[in-house]
Amino acid sequence: MPTFVRTDKCDGCKGADKTACMYICPHDLMKLDMDGSETGHPMKSFNQEPEQCWECYSCVKICPQQAIEVRHYADVVPLGGSVQPIRGTDSIIWSIKFRNGTLKRFKFPIRTTPEGSIDPYGGKPEADMAKIKDVGFFVQHNGYRAGDPSELIRK
Amino acid sequence: MAEFGNPDVVQEECDVLMIGGGMANCGAAYEIGPWADKAEAELGRPLNIKLVDKAALPRSGAVAQGLSAINTYIGSEQDPADYARMVSNDLMGITRDDLAYDLGRHVDESVHLFEEWGLPIWKMDEHGERFDGAQGMATLADGGKPVRSGKWQIMINGESYKWIVAEAAQKALGAENIRERVFMVKLINDKNDKSRVAGAIGFSVREHTIYVYKAKAILLAAGGCVNIFRPRSVGEGTGRAWYPVWNAGSTYSMAAEAGAELTLMENRFVPTRFKDGYGPVGAWFLLFKAKATNAFGEGYMVKNKHMLDDYPPYGAAAVPASCLRNHLMLKEMKDGLGPIWMDTVTALADLREVLSPREVKHLEAEAWEDFLDMCVGQCGIWVGENIEPEKKNSELMPTEPYLLGSHSGCCGIWASGPDDIGAPTEETEAGVPDHLPSGWNWGYRGMTTLNGLFTAGDGVGAAGHKFSSGSHAEGRMAAKSMVQYVLDNKDWTPELDTDVDDLVMEILKPVMNYMEHKDYSTALDVNPNYITPKMLQFRLQKIMDEYVAGVATYYTTNAEMMRVAGEKIDMLKEDAEKMRAKDLHEWLRAWENYHRILTAEAHLKHIEFRQESRYPGFYYRADKNFVDEENWHCFVNSIYDKESGKWTCFKRAHVDLVDKSKLFK
Repeated sequence: MPTFVRTDKCDGCKGADKTACMYICPHDLMKLDMDGSETGHPMKSFNQEPEQCWECYSCVKICPQQAIEVRHYADVVPLGGSVQPIRGTDSIIWSIKFRNGTLKRFKFPIRTTPEGSIDPYGGKPEADMAKIKDVGFFVQHNGYRAGDPSELIRK
Repeated sequence: MAEFGNPDVVQEECDVLMIGGGMANCGAAYEIGPWADKAEAELGRPLNIKLVDKAALPRSGAVAQGLSAINTYIGSEQDPADYARMVSNDLMGITRDDLAYDLGRHVDESVHLFEEWGLPIWKMDEHGERFDGAQGMATLADGGKPVRSGKWQIMINGESYKWIVAEAAQKALGAENIRERVFMVKLINDKNDKSRVAGAIGFSVREHTIYVYKAKAILLAAGGCVNIFRPRSVGEGTGRAWYPVWNAGSTYSMAAEAGAELTLMENRFVPTRFKDGYGPVGAWFLLFKAKATNAFGEGYMVKNKHMLDDYPPYGAAAVPASCLRNHLMLKEMKDGLGPIWMDTVTALADLREVLSPREVKHLEAEAWEDFLDMCVGQCGIWVGENIEPEKKNSELMPTEPYLLGSHSGCCGIWASGPDDIGAPTEETEAGVPDHLPSGWNWGYRGMTTLNGLFTAGDGVGAAGHKFSSGSHAEGRMAAKSMVQYVLDNKDWTPELDTDVDDLVMEILKPVMNYMEHKDYSTALDVNPNYITPKMLQFRLQKIMDEYVAGVATYYTTNAEMMRVAGEKIDMLKEDAEKMRAKDLHEWLRAWENYHRILTAEAHLKHIEFRQESRYPGFYYRADKNFVDEENWHCFVNSIYDKESGKWTCFKRAHVDLVDKSKLFK
């Protein structure tokens, strides 16, 4: 699949001009069916090209209603399993159900700083135009590896 | 909103245009700010910088889903020369040491930034125990010890890797300078100087608007190429490509059409991965020490070791190239000794012997996280087939071929390298067209042979193994060069060589095909006057799979098969003029396919030109089934003439800048 959208949960992002899933899908798959002419379910999203879905879960993770799930590729995978995340601001929780009913649950960190907190140039030096043709970046973070000059056999 | 078929046209001018929103352009968006600020004084006005992306920045590019490892981190214990040697070895000896070495000395700077921004990077304590990246242990920049899952890889909790990197890029560039959901489809040359790029054109898939940009410098970094070969899964599973399904060869095709020189387009990557889900194997092999076997438990790397002797000196490397490992595995599959198993059961049992119960529990989570961070689809296979890795082994399978320049592949665009590490300044092979540069650097790091056109990430050819971190660093290097280029060309104003009205009509062709003919038949998709993008893609995939060394022939082709493929692709190119687009979404698919066709054709022409099989295990020419070091230890490069539709392939000499003999026993 591909992703599918639960009719009982999707609210079309409450009539916003674009839904969260439409915004985020890297492959332009999620679509809001404004009048229901494409799905029979007005103001709900759907995956318009399921055979192009990478199962990247970007829409699943971003959906504010948790209305999107994945029914794994039917031409490949036996039915009955599910892999469903809840993505928070600093961690993600995965609920995993096997076809035979076995359950697993994992929690992993995703970020060590608050979302939106990056201050890209805060505390960084200005660029030095005298060095624009040199190697290195405008800021050094103890990561430049100068290398052993004797390794360069044509120098 | 404009009526379909009659779009609004927006024209803008800028100094720097970035096409693509993956790791490379996020790196460029970050690095360019401070240099642009300084350039403002010299220019007397602020630089106008725009980034245009067909997706949304937080989930754009190959890292959209996340990653479980950063595959290029040099560390203080290794030398950039070691890295350049590894890259060369894995790509059968023909890579640009200047580009790899340069990347190797810069890449850790980007990794340290990622950690500062909030990416959790696993750490190892003084007893060798592993911890996730949110335990507050010392950062890499402060001497923290990463968890190596291989000589160059470090493990991360990377579900939000791209989200974090995109946040920094967005803030650095300013949201007002980023335009999402606009797919750039063509570069435009300069009216007065064809050897320059002057702009680009594309369209929105959200409102019916065409965007035309004039720019002095363009950074084209729109990924590699997926889905030019028929994939192993052909139903819903078509989407489960190993590399992102939205990588349509836009980088290579747009550059080629505008006249930039391509390199090593014969190279491809055929990853061996967990079957059907294409989950990563690196951590299983390197961190969990699992072994791969044939159906009878025999390790093919040991059993078929003698086959490496056919490929001196590469077969004698301590770690044989990825293609050679495939070569040994394919022998078992062709001999009917499959399936190939990843013995996860034994690996985890062995680890339980030496780990504490707490570590064992952590180990299970690590094994699942490896997939959940970057390839949830593989977990889908596991739950559907009731596979718990400690109880049941998983199959491995080589995938359909992919074209890319940042992973274990090296096709791409010929790009200018650094000038301080001894790269050649002259060309010794005959046959290079006169207008192309002769040495390996021509002034601006990351610039292609088309003036003003820069590339990074999957775009830079002959320098694989940069991965996510290296692509980011390469984008940063290009950003610096572009600022310099803009300053050096401050009095020059780009002029498009084609009227905007003509460009618009060309871009709109699939839409007009549909509007004109849609009422001819009662079936929307069956109409002799047009072809749907989906059917056209199927045709391309069938040709490439059956004639150009896809999975159907165990990656085997020959000159006659390629001649036939060439004829079929010629007709496909003609029919592509009749591609239809019934809505904005299909318009996107139509133009992605134009890019795929040209990329596929470049791949074909390069394999045809190279009279050997340089990458056994990735492809075989049955009529030239050997590696010919004497005649073909060289780059194969090409240029494309968009007027005639013809490719010109030629050799460029390969030169070692670091000593490769250290690789071989």
